[in-house]
Amino acid sequence: MAAPILVMAVGNESRGDDALAPLLIRQLQTEAPEQVEFIEDYQLQVEHVTDLHGRRAVLFVDADVSCDAPFQLSMITAAHDNSYTSHAMSPFALLHAYRQFYDTNAPPCYLLRIRGYGFELGESLSADAERNLELATTYLPTLLADITRSRE
Amino acid sequence: MTDTTNKLETAAHPKGLRRVAIDPVSRVEGHGKVTLLLDENDHIHQVRLHIVEFRGFEKFIQGRPYWEAPVIVQRLCGICPVSHHIAASKAMDMIVGATLTPTAEKVRRLMHYGQILQSHALHFFHLCSPDLLFGFDSDVAKRNIVGIAAAYPEIAKHGVLLRKFGQEVIRVTAGKRIHGTGSIPGGVNKNVSIEERDYLLKDVEQMIAWSKGAVDIVKNLFEQNLDLYNNFGTFKAHTLHMVRADGAMDLYHGGLRARSMNGEPLFDHYDYSHYWDVIFEDVKSWSYMKFPFLRSLGPAEGWYRVGPLTRVTQSDFIPTPLAEQARKEFIAFNGGSATGATLGTHWARMIEMLHSAEVIRDLLNDPDLQGIDLVNIGERHERGVGVIEAPRGTLIHHYKVDEHDQIVRCNLIVSTTHNNQAMNEAIRQVARQYLDGKKLTEGLLNHIEVAIRAFDPCLSCATHALGKMPLEVELLNAEGGKVDVLARSLDGTFSTEV
Repeated sequence: MAAPILVMAVGNESRGDDALAPLLIRQLQTEAPEQVEFIEDYQLQVEHVTDLHGRRAVLFVDADVSCDAPFQLSMITAAHDNSYTSHAMSPFALLHAYRQFYDTNAPPCYLLRIRGYGFELGESLSADAERNLELATTYLPTLLADITRSRE
Repeated sequence: MTDTTNKLETAAHPKGLRRVAIDPVSRVEGHGKVTLLLDENDHIHQVRLHIVEFRGFEKFIQGRPYWEAPVIVQRLCGICPVSHHIAASKAMDMIVGATLTPTAEKVRRLMHYGQILQSHALHFFHLCSPDLLFGFDSDVAKRNIVGIAAAYPEIAKHGVLLRKFGQEVIRVTAGKRIHGTGSIPGGVNKNVSIEERDYLLKDVEQMIAWSKGAVDIVKNLFEQNLDLYNNFGTFKAHTLHMVRADGAMDLYHGGLRARSMNGEPLFDHYDYSHYWDVIFEDVKSWSYMKFPFLRSLGPAEGWYRVGPLTRVTQSDFIPTPLAEQARKEFIAFNGGSATGATLGTHWARMIEMLHSAEVIRDLLNDPDLQGIDLVNIGERHERGVGVIEAPRGTLIHHYKVDEHDQIVRCNLIVSTTHNNQAMNEAIRQVARQYLDGKKLTEGLLNHIEVAIRAFDPCLSCATHALGKMPLEVELLNAEGGKVDVLARSLDGTFSTEV
């Protein structure tokens, strides 16, 4: 039985600020409520539609080079974008694939983008990204509690 | 077919030519760029594939303790982390002087063939099938997986579930979905339980059936479009791959086999622990990626092709029945015409996917997977080389470890690097065939990308930060001034700007 709330963190901890999402969930998952499951992966791909199935809500967390600092939260819906044609899909495209795979809409999904700045192999987290991570770490438990309550 | 040639690599008189850049190449992992130099009549004088990648890999690993390597190298690439995991483990087996136990080798093999299956499934069902099923210059809005899912819903679903199955094989053998620790120097740290075995066995026959169906799809495409599939971007190349002692396809272990473009043996069953005696790497001023070549033929003539097409055509046989039958049909098709075709790579890739599914089934039925003898350590050495046949081709990991157990030297030759010159040759051939003398359109430029995608290049980088990935083609004059722009946005729409 899948946990009702899924947090899907996307990123590679050895590529600078791409580590933001994995680091965020690793700090929080030991104290998270039982109804929340955390999954981490380098990139989103089509098979992740099966991870979304059977959830009440899903929160994607990812580093973003274009959002406002420190982070931005949005509710997202399926969209046909060009990332379908890549080895790495966007969350929007994944929701679109979900609809095609299951013939129904994906559960309610949120996207937490944390502002990142540098993504080179072997780089550590940038100072600005570290500040954003701190703020996101403080924010996420409240956010998860809100999402859980609203989807009960 | 053309002979080995570097024509179109460098324009004889570049002054006054227009430059066209396809940047980045889409449906390819990482950052690739193609530049074309055209004259006023749209005749092509130079074609180059530039790849900005792999810089810093060796530095990234230096200074780490050797036992960390199989885990840390998985972060080099978000697409084939398991291939790096296993290649590094094999190199570290040499460092620790290990001869693997049967359980350790079979668990690793299971992991590796799971990786091959899921990687090939993604490439065929989601990255190249839009081109193949709709046509290279079909409506661009349809030419993606959304279009496939609408027109061929069952094919799209099979792709998802094959990927999922391969990922589950990896999870079971590596211990987790990513950052797997299953393979360690000298063996593995877990076996496959009866419960895990049964979990995978219940779906494996379905995976074999779907894989066989995928082979049939590609075969049908060849039959329906014989001229296109036989000739598109086709060129002759020397070949390199690993082969089992009896000549069978073996994607996990064996000796190196190289043959000339005419099929003559250059070396066979060569011990890969001294690969540098037969392979060397050249550099070119216009590319960050190295150009490996066979030493005996030299840098100009010694480039070669690795990957599914080479493995399926150059192995003596495939040691599973359905894949071997498929190989024979592939070799015999139309007098052998598909075996040298760039698009024949898709057919070969599906034969390998079928083979992987069969190997997974056979391994799951092997009781050695439940053995408890997992690690074997022998006399310590300072140098280790690990080679596997990764989804895209031969992958070499080479390490030197000092007396403090730290990695002091590392050299990686990844599959896409082996294929660097071959990919350049394919796009030059396509440029000659389809672009020369014609007004460039998105459909024509996609022909270039189709040729590159046939190799499924992994141009590195698990960096995927949101907000990237546009495609922009610029036509510049000789002074660098912008003449025309063709851009593809994230939603897949195209726009032009003059």
